[in-house]
Amino acid sequence: MENCFHCGDECRATPIIHYYKHFCCNGCKTVFDIINENELSYYYELEGTPGSTPYIQEGKFDFLGNKQIASQFLEFDELDTQIVSLQIPTIHCSSCIWVLENLDKLNPAIRASQVNFPEKTVRITFSSKETTLQKLVILLAKIGYEPYMSLDDASIKKKPNINKGLIYKLGVAGFAFGNIMFLSFPEYFEVNEFWLERFKHTFRWLAFVFAIPVVVYSARDYFLSAYKGLRSGILNMDVPIAIGISVLFVRSTVEIAMGLGTGFLDSMAGLVFFLLLGKFFQQKTYAFLSFERDYRSYFPIAVTRLVKKGIATTEEQTQVYELEKGDRILIRNSELLPVDATLINGKALIDYSFVTGEAEPITKKSGDQLFAGGRQQAGAIEVEVLKPVKQSYLTQLWSNEIFDKNNQSLFESLTDRISKRFTLSILSIAMIATTIWLFIDSSKALNVFTAVLIVACPCAIALAAPFTLGNLLRIFGYHKLYMKDSVSIERLARVDTVVFDKTGTLTTSTKNTIAYEGVILTKEEKSMLTNTLRASNHPLSRSLYATLDNNDIKTLDDFKEDVGQGITGTINNHKIKIGSYGYTDSNQKRRERQTRNKTAIHISTDDEYKGYYIFFNDYRNGVKEVFDKLGKNHKIIILSGDNDGEKDYLKTLLPENATLLFNQRPEDKLNYIKEQQEQGKNVLMIGDGLNDAGALAQSNVGISISENVNVFSPACDGILDASRFKDITRFLSLSKKGIKVIEHAFVFSLFYNMVGLLFAITGNLEPVVAAILMPLSSISIVVFTTMATFFLGRELKNETAPS
Amino acid sequence: MNIIYMLLAISVFVALIFFAAFILSVKKGQYDDTYTPSVRMLFEDEIVKEKDTKSIHKATKEPIIPK
Repeated sequence: MENCFHCGDECRATPIIHYYKHFCCNGCKTVFDIINENELSYYYELEGTPGSTPYIQEGKFDFLGNKQIASQFLEFDELDTQIVSLQIPTIHCSSCIWVLENLDKLNPAIRASQVNFPEKTVRITFSSKETTLQKLVILLAKIGYEPYMSLDDASIKKKPNINKGLIYKLGVAGFAFGNIMFLSFPEYFEVNEFWLERFKHTFRWLAFVFAIPVVVYSARDYFLSAYKGLRSGILNMDVPIAIGISVLFVRSTVEIAMGLGTGFLDSMAGLVFFLLLGKFFQQKTYAFLSFERDYRSYFPIAVTRLVKKGIATTEEQTQVYELEKGDRILIRNSELLPVDATLINGKALIDYSFVTGEAEPITKKSGDQLFAGGRQQAGAIEVEVLKPVKQSYLTQLWSNEIFDKNNQSLFESLTDRISKRFTLSILSIAMIATTIWLFIDSSKALNVFTAVLIVACPCAIALAAPFTLGNLLRIFGYHKLYMKDSVSIERLARVDTVVFDKTGTLTTSTKNTIAYEGVILTKEEKSMLTNTLRASNHPLSRSLYATLDNNDIKTLDDFKEDVGQGITGTINNHKIKIGSYGYTDSNQKRRERQTRNKTAIHISTDDEYKGYYIFFNDYRNGVKEVFDKLGKNHKIIILSGDNDGEKDYLKTLLPENATLLFNQRPEDKLNYIKEQQEQGKNVLMIGDGLNDAGALAQSNVGISISENVNVFSPACDGILDASRFKDITRFLSLSKKGIKVIEHAFVFSLFYNMVGLLFAITGNLEPVVAAILMPLSSISIVVFTTMATFFLGRELKNETAPS
Repeated sequence: MNIIYMLLAISVFVALIFFAAFILSVKKGQYDDTYTPSVRMLFEDEIVKEKDTKSIHKATKEPIIPK
C-alpha cells in the first residue's frame, strides 16, 4: 500500500497517480499542484509528507464577506495595511512554518507572514486593496491550513500577556541577588583588614540599595497574599515567607545603619529569587490549547439569514447574536444550528451527539422543533428562529451559578494545610527562645528572635510543591494529558469517584464494527454493492466500503445520491439501493424495529429487500482494563445522555458496584455530581461534549477527552488525547505519588529548618551560615523533587512510549 | 585606593546595562516564542536559486521535487 505524498495517509485501493507521485485523494493532489506551481516545492523537501488533507466546506467562510464581522478579527486596520492573527490547528512541522511564511508567493497582496509555532498561530500582514480577509482564509483552507475562527477566541487574544510581570520580578530579583552576593562576599571571611574596614560601609549601603527593589517590587505578591490570607483568617504559606522577608530586611537595615554588621541581604535576595523561580516553573501553559471555551466558541460566528424584500428573498450574513425570534435562516449540510428553531423547509437529519450524547442522528419533519447545537447532516434546511442564542435550551446551562463562581479558592492545598501548623510552631519557638534569652543575656534576646524568624523562613517547603507539581505538569503534557494548572494535579490526587460520559468518551466517534444480517448476497450483488459504495462520499459508505473486498471494479451505468436518504446504483439493468430503511423498502414495517436505536445501512436489489449492515459504536481500547483498575479503589459512575440500548454490554465491562444512568440531560449530570460532592466525594468527571460542560465545571477535576486536541472541547481542567485513554489510571496514580514526593520533601526541609534553628536559638546565626544554609536547602529540595518526579514519570514512559 | 569607588561605579553601570537589555528583550517579545526562530534560521535561503529555476519550471511544466 502506497502512502500519500502530501499527507502521508495510506492511499486506498485506487490512489491518484500524478507526476509519478501517489495521492490519497483529490484534495491532497490539488494542494500539491498549488504548491508546486508556485515554486514552493521546498515544502516537501523540508519534511516528508508534511501536508494535511484540505477539507473545504462550501460557504463556511461566507461570514467574512460581512465587513463588520471581518473587521473584528483584524488586529490592525488602517488604509491598505491590515494585520490578522489566525489560529491554525494543523501547524505541526517545519514545513508548515516555511510554507506559511512564504504565503506571499501564493498571493502577492500578502506583505508578510510570521508563524508562532508553540501557539499555532500565523500573523499575516496584507493589503485590503488587493485582497480580502475572506479570500485569505479560503486560500489557507485550500492548502490544508484552515484557520479556527471564533469571535470568543479573537477577543481573548487581544488581552495583554499577564505572565510578563513574573519574568520582570524574577529578573529584578536575580539581578539584585547576584550583585548583593558579590558585594557581601569580602565580608564572609571576616578579616579585619585595613582596606576592607575602609570600604565595607560603601559595600553594605550599595547592597542595601539593590535590596530595595527586591522587597518593594519582586516580593510584593507575597506580602499581598499574606495580607489577604490574614484578613480572611487563613495562615497560608505566604505569611511566614512575608514575615521572614520583612524581618530579614528590617534587621539588615538596622545592622547596616548602626554599623553592626553586613546583615542578611544576600540571603533575602536569594530567597526571593528562588521562590519566584518556583512560581515561574509551576506555570506551564499550553499556548495552543484553551481551557476556558464555552458554547460561544463552538457555535458559528454568523449564519445566512433570509430577508424578504417584496417578492424577492435575499441572503445575508448575520452574526448569530443578532438573530431574533421569527428570523428565517438557512443551514447547509454539516453546518451547526445555533438557535432553537422550527423547521420550515427541507429534510433535517440532526446529529445531537455533541450536545445531548445521543449517538444516532434524528430525522425531523417540517414543523418540528429543533434545538440549538445540532449539526445538520443532510442537505440545506430553512428554519425559523424560536429563541435568540442566549435563551436556547442548550445555552441555558451556562446560566448555572457554577460557571460564575471561582471554586479554585475553596481548595486547601497540602502546602496550605502544613503552613498553618508551621507558622504557629515557628512563632512559639521564637517566643520561647526569646523569653529564655531574656533571662540569660537580655542584649541578645532580640537577635535570637529575629534569627529564628529568618532561619525558619520556609523557602524549601514553599519550593517543594511548585517544583513537584510543575514537573508532573510537564510529564503529563509529554504524555498528552494537558492539565490547566498545577492545582488540578493536586486535586486529581484526591479523587475517589470517577464519572464517565458514554458517547464520545467511552466510545470513539467513528463507527467501525460492522455486522450483516439478512439474505446472503450473491457474488453479483456484492460486486454491485462495492461499486456503488465506491462512488459515494458519505462517511458510512466509506466505512462500509473499507471493510468489503473489492477486486471487481466496474463502472456504474447510473448513480444517484439522495441526500439524507441513500444511494442508488445501476449496472446492466440491475438496480441496487443502499440507505435508510424507508428508502430501500417502503412496503414493510417489520424490520425497522430490530434496527431502531442502531446505525444501519439497508440494502435492496431490484426493489427486493435483502438485509442490513449494522454499525456498532466502537468502545475505546482498554475500556475494560481502565474499569478493572479503577474499580479497585474508586467508585465508577456512568452518566449518559443516550438511551439505554447498550446497558447490558456496558454492565459486562463494569465492576459490580458501578452505577449506570441513562437519558441524563446536561443539568441532571451537573446535579448528580453536586449530590456526590455533598456526600463528601471528590469527583473526577471525564467527558467530551457540550452536554458535559456543566458536569466538568461542577466536578473537582474535569477532564475532557478529545480525538484531536486542537478542536473544540468545553471548559475543563485538563484535556486528554483520546489515544491515551487507557492511561487514565496511571495518571491518577502518578498524581497520588506526586503528593507523596511533596510530603517527603517537607520532612527533608524541616530537617534543614531544625539545623538552622539550632544556630538561631543558641544565638550563633552568622550571615555566612544563613547565606550557605538557605540556598543549600532550596537547591537540594529542587534536585530531590525533580529527580523523584522524573523517576516516577518513567512508569508512564516505559509501558506506553509515545509514537 | 580610591579607584575602588570608580570601579564599583563602572561595575554597577555595566550590570545595569545588561539588566536593561534583559528588560527590553522581554518587553519586545523575544521570549514570547522561543521555538519558531530556531527552525526558521535553518531554512534554505533560496531567493537567488528561485530566479534561475523560475523559467525552467514554467517551460517544462515538470515539477522540481527531489527524491
